Amino acid sequence: MKGIGVSPGIAIGRVLRIVRQKVATTGMLLSGDEAVRAEVDKYRAAINHSVEDIRSLITTQAGAAAPPGTPSPTAAADILETHIEMLTDPQLDTDILELIQVDKKNASDAVLEVTGRLAETFRNMEDPYLSARASDIEDIGQCLLKHLGGLTSSPEGSARARPDLPLIVVADDLVPSDVLAMDLHQIAGFALQAGAGTSHAAIIARLRGIPAVVACGTPLDKVEDNDILVLDGATGQLWINPGEAELTAFKQKKSSQAENARLLASLKDVPAVTVDGRRIRLLANISRVQDMEEVFRHGAEGVGLFRTEFLFMEKSSFPTEEEQFISYRDLAMASKGTPVTIRTLDIGGDKPLPYFKIPGEQNPFLGHRAIRISLDRKDIFLTQLKAILRASVFGRLKILVPMVSGLQELRAAKEILTTAKNELLQKGISFDKDIPFGIMIEVPSAAVIADLLAHEADFFSIGTNDLCQYTMAADRMNDNVSHLCDPYHPGVLRLISFVIRQARQNNIPVSLCGEMAADPLATLLLMGMGLEEFSMNAPSIPATKHIIVNNSLNQAGQVLSRVMELDNSSTITQYLQDINA
Amino acid sequence: MIEKEYIVTASEGLHARPATALVRLAKNFTSVISICKGGKTVRLNSLLNLLSMGIKGGDVLTIRIEGGDELPAAEALDHFFEQLLK
Repeated sequence: MKGIGVSPGIAIGRVLRIVRQKVATTGMLLSGDEAVRAEVDKYRAAINHSVEDIRSLITTQAGAAAPPGTPSPTAAADILETHIEMLTDPQLDTDILELIQVDKKNASDAVLEVTGRLAETFRNMEDPYLSARASDIEDIGQCLLKHLGGLTSSPEGSARARPDLPLIVVADDLVPSDVLAMDLHQIAGFALQAGAGTSHAAIIARLRGIPAVVACGTPLDKVEDNDILVLDGATGQLWINPGEAELTAFKQKKSSQAENARLLASLKDVPAVTVDGRRIRLLANISRVQDMEEVFRHGAEGVGLFRTEFLFMEKSSFPTEEEQFISYRDLAMASKGTPVTIRTLDIGGDKPLPYFKIPGEQNPFLGHRAIRISLDRKDIFLTQLKAILRASVFGRLKILVPMVSGLQELRAAKEILTTAKNELLQKGISFDKDIPFGIMIEVPSAAVIADLLAHEADFFSIGTNDLCQYTMAADRMNDNVSHLCDPYHPGVLRLISFVIRQARQNNIPVSLCGEMAADPLATLLLMGMGLEEFSMNAPSIPATKHIIVNNSLNQAGQVLSRVMELDNSSTITQYLQDINA
Repeated sequence: MIEKEYIVTASEGLHARPATALVRLAKNFTSVISICKGGKTVRLNSLLNLLSMGIKGGDVLTIRIEGGDELPAAEALDHFFEQLLK
């Protein structure tokens, strides 16, 4: 079963169903002025109570620390403020009062009719953002109905049969007063049939750090009180009554997430310095400008790899220089002065673009891809380089070229960079004239001549995923041989060590941006080789930092010496696991 | 009466957050403030009416202010459109 995850985290608990009477208009009319006046008073009181409910949520939120992985609390408060504004909207008021006073409808019917009509109007709007506001209107309608007594929600079934696990509240939807009445300490999660990311229930869940999945639809009907329910508030997945083994796995995942969150909180603002004072830079790999928020939340000091493929994949034709410039500029501005390495287009047979046909190849990984395409299609490359250069005045940008196999390619790429600079100079457009221009080291031939390349590249970034599969001649996507693709093979380790040493001897920066950068087994080993810059997915940063701040460079050197004495990947991995345990 | 034109430069148009701020700003003044787009006019005291105009990036809006505090209201709205719809 799957819904929309609106508040991240794994929840394991027993189901507590909360059922709400279905509401439909009653058609009951009011008789006499006295009844109308009383109904208007009831309606006014409902508005006041609903506003109070929402205000109390905003206040409780102000004191609550934002749990990791959630949207900013101000965004949630903004939605709540918007809901207050809707509840007190004069147009809504006029419409509802007209139904009560002129048509003699009861307040619940009037609210249901007006909010239903309004929600429908919004739902039919072309703009998807505005269309989604229909759920906000329904949300305030539910609030009002609840206070008008047209809605009652109560736990179904009897008291908890088995208090071995916390509760997961299963309901159609929840309004603030429902949640305010609950003891949230007992609640591990929410699973709702209806709702959207902006519904009250979702906001409350995020504010309180309670995992929640909404929009589960009718499959949720088959869940019964006391069933064991597991939900993942990040992916929106739900599991009903999982087996013993599965349950254990979920519990492990939950505790490792909790551990990571704890690390994150304690290490976020701690610099990554070894006990003997060596400063290590931890950077993030990202694909979108929006990811910058996550980068800083996890304590990264910048972006070590910005993949530009996404920018190209979401378009129906090659993005123009202007479109690319805007993206890179936004990225530079969002980076708040931290360094950002932008990798030029890395497409090919295995990473196709819908509008750029690459003829079928027998070996796409050994085929026409990355820099090879950029050098053949100089127009595409030049456009991208100009866009990056123009954005370079807005931040500390660096350019990284993928798949370089030798000096000729590097020189050809630098020539195009020069052309790009000259074109901008002629137009009087400013850019960072000293923008660093580096290369990925992921082809074995490039690794072996790292000393030569280091004379002409401004920096190296080691891509261990490709370097490993090319060195081992084993396709990491092929299940039969992927086990050979092991970065702890002494052959791969010697190459990585050589590249780092050559970079250091030639005084150019070197970083490592493959999966290995985030592998806790590799942290000390790579530091022992002299690596001082790691770039990884932002959520892995705290765990890596944890290792760095608890070890010394001396220890890292010992790990390296020991590993280099071992002759195969399984003894190396075993040794690294042992020292990590 | 003061009448001013603004172009919505934010590509996403007028979202709920700035719209809420705009309505709240307008409520601070006693002047009657209305907003027109393509022949449709609504008073700036209703968020629902404002949102239902479906204001998009690039739309031209006319703001009309009438009342005792026209001048400070116009100034405040000027500032709002400068700051929030950039």
